[in-house]
Amino acid sequence: MSGSFSENLIYGLLRAITYAIVLLVGYILFDIVIKGLPVLNWEFVSGYPHQSGASGGILPAIAGTFYLVLGTISVALPLGVGSAIYLSEYAFQGKFTTIIRMAIITLAGVPSIVYGLFGLGLFVLFFRFGASILSGSLTLACMVLPTIIVASEEALRAVPKGYREASLALGATKWETIRTNVLPYSLSGMITGSILGVGRAAGETAPILLTVAAFFLPKLPNSIFDQVMALPYHLYILATQHPDAEKVRPMQYGTALVLLLLVLGLSLGAIFIRAHYRKKYKW
Amino acid sequence: MLIGAASTSVLIVVLIFLFLGKEAAPFALTPGLSALFDSKWIPVSFQRERFGILPLLSGSALVTLLAMLITIPFSVLGAIYIAELAKPLEREILKPFIEILASIPSVVLGFFGLVVLAPLVKSFFGLNTGLNALTGAILLSIMAIPTVISISEDALNSVPHVYKRASLALGASQLQTIFRVTVPAALPGIIAAVMLGVGRVIGETMAVMMVTGNAAIITANPLDPVRTMTATIAAEMGEVPFGSVHYQALFCIGVVLLLVTFGLNVIGQQVLRRYGMRQ
Repeated sequence: MSGSFSENLIYGLLRAITYAIVLLVGYILFDIVIKGLPVLNWEFVSGYPHQSGASGGILPAIAGTFYLVLGTISVALPLGVGSAIYLSEYAFQGKFTTIIRMAIITLAGVPSIVYGLFGLGLFVLFFRFGASILSGSLTLACMVLPTIIVASEEALRAVPKGYREASLALGATKWETIRTNVLPYSLSGMITGSILGVGRAAGETAPILLTVAAFFLPKLPNSIFDQVMALPYHLYILATQHPDAEKVRPMQYGTALVLLLLVLGLSLGAIFIRAHYRKKYKW
Repeated sequence: MLIGAASTSVLIVVLIFLFLGKEAAPFALTPGLSALFDSKWIPVSFQRERFGILPLLSGSALVTLLAMLITIPFSVLGAIYIAELAKPLEREILKPFIEILASIPSVVLGFFGLVVLAPLVKSFFGLNTGLNALTGAILLSIMAIPTVISISEDALNSVPHVYKRASLALGASQLQTIFRVTVPAALPGIIAAVMLGVGRVIGETMAVMMVTGNAAIITANPLDPVRTMTATIAAEMGEVPFGSVHYQALFCIGVVLLLVTFGLNVIGQQVLRRYGMRQ
């Protein structure tokens, strides 16, 4: 990369801009980790909140987010994987698949608050699920569905054609082929994609704002028809609605750090799984 | 059964349009859609409630415009550096870092904006409050940058190598090749990336609600507080009686948002498809 002075100047500028973005990411993470760590202890993650969150722990919010993630993945994973298997293994390129693909792209672009309105209209009011774990999970599942479909499809397409042809040539039916020779090899990719999608759902606030989240509810839910607290919503409430926002800043940083660790942990876990399986299956 | 699973996406899209429309529709009868073009948003009032979404539209437009002014140069130049100039090892480190930025929850970024960025903006411009359109725009550009970088980078990478080699063989320098050959060839992809970025910025809710100050006024001054469409829905929906005119008005805003993002998405995809680039 040798060149004239002005060329080097421009290269330097481009590099500076790129590293400015990286530095910014580093600074955001650093700020939240440094100020959140002092609050983070066993009592904080396992205790119940007192004085509308000004002291005590955030267990109900962690549990709420955990239930929502579990609910979301148990709805979205079968639908997403089934959808991907159909699109990549069975469907002929035609009008029907074009419509499905357009729908997936559309879903991926719908703003999260619109999902919230949709969940409110359909699940909370029309189906009368009320503000509940069920409504929230279903709303989040709709939101992450496109991510899971796209990731699963890519994982299926990565399996070499030869695997399918060999199995079909030995007399296996199409479904047997998919079950024994395609799914096992694409499973890791599907799981990775799904975890990445669900990680996003865990951090979302707007869709759960209207469908599940409780302002202050210092107990654990009994059924899927209960309201719960959730980490992102709890952080929002503490940071903007609390009368003494300055004073509860350590609690806010602690909550932000736990949420960040959860979401980044899920993403890093997914990337780790992918790397592990990439080494295992090579073609 | 698999066809059923595959059809859910279509079903959800139909249901989204149906249910947003269903809840918003009564507003079209009374007080009528023309009420939306009022210049004031005063949903709760003892005299006369007014449901003009123009201040909210202008708030969203101002924040989005400012955010894109910051996002476009940073992401396009960043993408050029990562795709064309960075060494392979450097690229392997830079890309995950930018992906991390994409996965930080918006409420955490909003919190960072509220606690760190807003005071900075406040003292830099000597204002009474740091909660204004500019702070929102900076925060939104932080969110849009990873999306725009990664799609632009794909577009740059999909430019055939022979173009670059031909340009270099003709005696052009690397810099001339990048800006006269590679970038123009990747331009449709970069434009699509920007449009998808705009879609993301318009739809973003939490971070914007936390830092833009939430004043429903029509202004073009970046240092004024503004209120966006998304923030209005999120902030007010929790307090309205279900089925009231205010409730229907909020759903009308939702329909507008849905149509705008849908339109941007369709155009962005068309651009990508016409030039044979995959997203």
